Amino acid sequence: MNLPGAGLIQGLAVTARNFVGSYFEKARMTTEQYPEERPKLPENARSFPFLVFDGDDAEAGMRCVACKICEKECPPQCILIVQDRDEAGKALKRPKVFEIDIAVCMSCQICVEVCPFDSIRMDQDYELSSFDRFAPLVLDKAKLLKSNEYYQSIHPTEAAETDARLEADRKKKEAAAAAKAAKAKPAEGAAG
Amino acid sequence: MNLLERAPIELKAWLLNLLGVFGVPDWALAILSALLIIGTVIAVFLGLFALTSVMERKILARVQNRLGPNRVGPFGLFQPVADGIKMITKEDLVPRGADPIVHFLAPVVMMVPALLVLAILPYGRDMVPVELEAGILYFFAVGAGTEVAVFMAGWGSNNKYSVLGAMRAIAQMISYEIPLVLSAIVAAMIAGSLMPSVIVAAQGGFAFGFVPQWFVFTPWGFTAGLIFYIGALAESNRSPFDLPEGESELVAGHLTEYSGFKYATFFMAEYVGMFAICGLFVTLFLGGWQAPLPFLEIIPSWCWFFGKVCFVAFTMIWVRATLPRLRIDHLLAFAWKFLLPMSFAAFLAAACWHYAGRGALGWGMSLVIVAVPYLALGTSFTRRFAVSKRTYQFSE
Repeated sequence: MNLPGAGLIQGLAVTARNFVGSYFEKARMTTEQYPEERPKLPENARSFPFLVFDGDDAEAGMRCVACKICEKECPPQCILIVQDRDEAGKALKRPKVFEIDIAVCMSCQICVEVCPFDSIRMDQDYELSSFDRFAPLVLDKAKLLKSNEYYQSIHPTEAAETDARLEADRKKKEAAAAAKAAKAKPAEGAAG
Repeated sequence: MNLLERAPIELKAWLLNLLGVFGVPDWALAILSALLIIGTVIAVFLGLFALTSVMERKILARVQNRLGPNRVGPFGLFQPVADGIKMITKEDLVPRGADPIVHFLAPVVMMVPALLVLAILPYGRDMVPVELEAGILYFFAVGAGTEVAVFMAGWGSNNKYSVLGAMRAIAQMISYEIPLVLSAIVAAMIAGSLMPSVIVAAQGGFAFGFVPQWFVFTPWGFTAGLIFYIGALAESNRSPFDLPEGESELVAGHLTEYSGFKYATFFMAEYVGMFAICGLFVTLFLGGWQAPLPFLEIIPSWCWFFGKVCFVAFTMIWVRATLPRLRIDHLLAFAWKFLLPMSFAAFLAAACWHYAGRGALGWGMSLVIVAVPYLALGTSFTRRFAVSKRTYQFSE
């Protein structure tokens, strides 16, 4: 027979178990104390794009060649690229200005997908708040350029795949150059 | 040990003696003596309020497997300070259509009875601020003032939610006052006095040398104590009886139009009132300042009193963490159709216990007198409000 009021006691027992358990069972407490404890983000987490450079010098190792494909493809039009030119006015294969307005960016990753030079990738930095809503949210080239090592640390699988492909491309190019050189040599010999 | 037991009293006497040496006249000493007691009581209860406001949040959080406030100070213990600063710096809004005087006075009228009732509680051996012959009567008479304050707040705000909330609060408080007073009378009847210190003294001593003779350990005392506890929850508008503030339907009831320090005053008064009624519960049924075991009498009596009050307050928070809010018709039906008959049963059981010689026979008789109506009423009650499968006429 169910005693009247037994349900109340059962309910109180459940809350008591949770109350006491919260002090002894670590698994119960799911709270992360954010500024002190930081979550390990999943590999595919993404915030805003950044530019990858190889080596130690950001300017020299910059992969971007200012082809402006990402600028054209960007759906909210948040990328601004100005191509660099030398004294003679000849276009150089690097951007003079590369800016992303992250107030406009919608993190769609289309720029990453269209980039033929593997130079733009998605970042995981989410602590981007500022006291001004204009200037600090427009990231310039200096803020956008991040090393390949950093890229490998945030997206290891994707970065390894990119690096392998770049390496293969480089080898193929080298082989092609060698073959060309080999082909050129006998011709030279025939001429001589 | 004896020194610690009497420490508050001796300290006061020493302070007044010191002032007497410096030539303070006797009438001034009498006033100072009263002010010292008042100041201490208010300081202790406001301190308890501050502590509870953070502990309640921490306990609720723990029940829900969260951490609760832990940012301000060590373990978040300075949270009340931050809350207080926030409350004081907030804008004090008065609606244009409100009655400014009533709107202003309501928090004051709420606070005054909550503090006044603290006068009659025996905080320890020989530590009653005011020894009143009709202390229990005084408690309920003055405590009823809060109902006026709630209605003043609801009516003065000129807001439909406030009025509805206040009407609910009045209906609830008046309904629950009856079982509350009736169950308090049971304790007063057995002790033979309305004087809180006499009621506490009647619960002194130990049966078989170790079972404390608190009223709660008898069938009638347990029933009356439980009824009193439920009534106390309803009187202090605490969950599961917090419908006057049911935010899902009434925004915040009578508190809707209050902000800033006035709201803080309401909040404070509710908590002090809760502690006062916990104190009365401890006095009436949990043996007041008596220690639960003979060898524990080393610990001063006032520690026992406040320890028990904090324990009862903890159970109230526990209940709040467990039970969902009642519906208004269930609430009133529960008061009138269950608690009221049960308090009569407890009344009868206590009388039988007394006339059967307060022994084993009385114990058994009172158990039967309490258990039979409990089972009968409880079964019929659960059957009437049982949840059945809903059948829909037009859908499905």
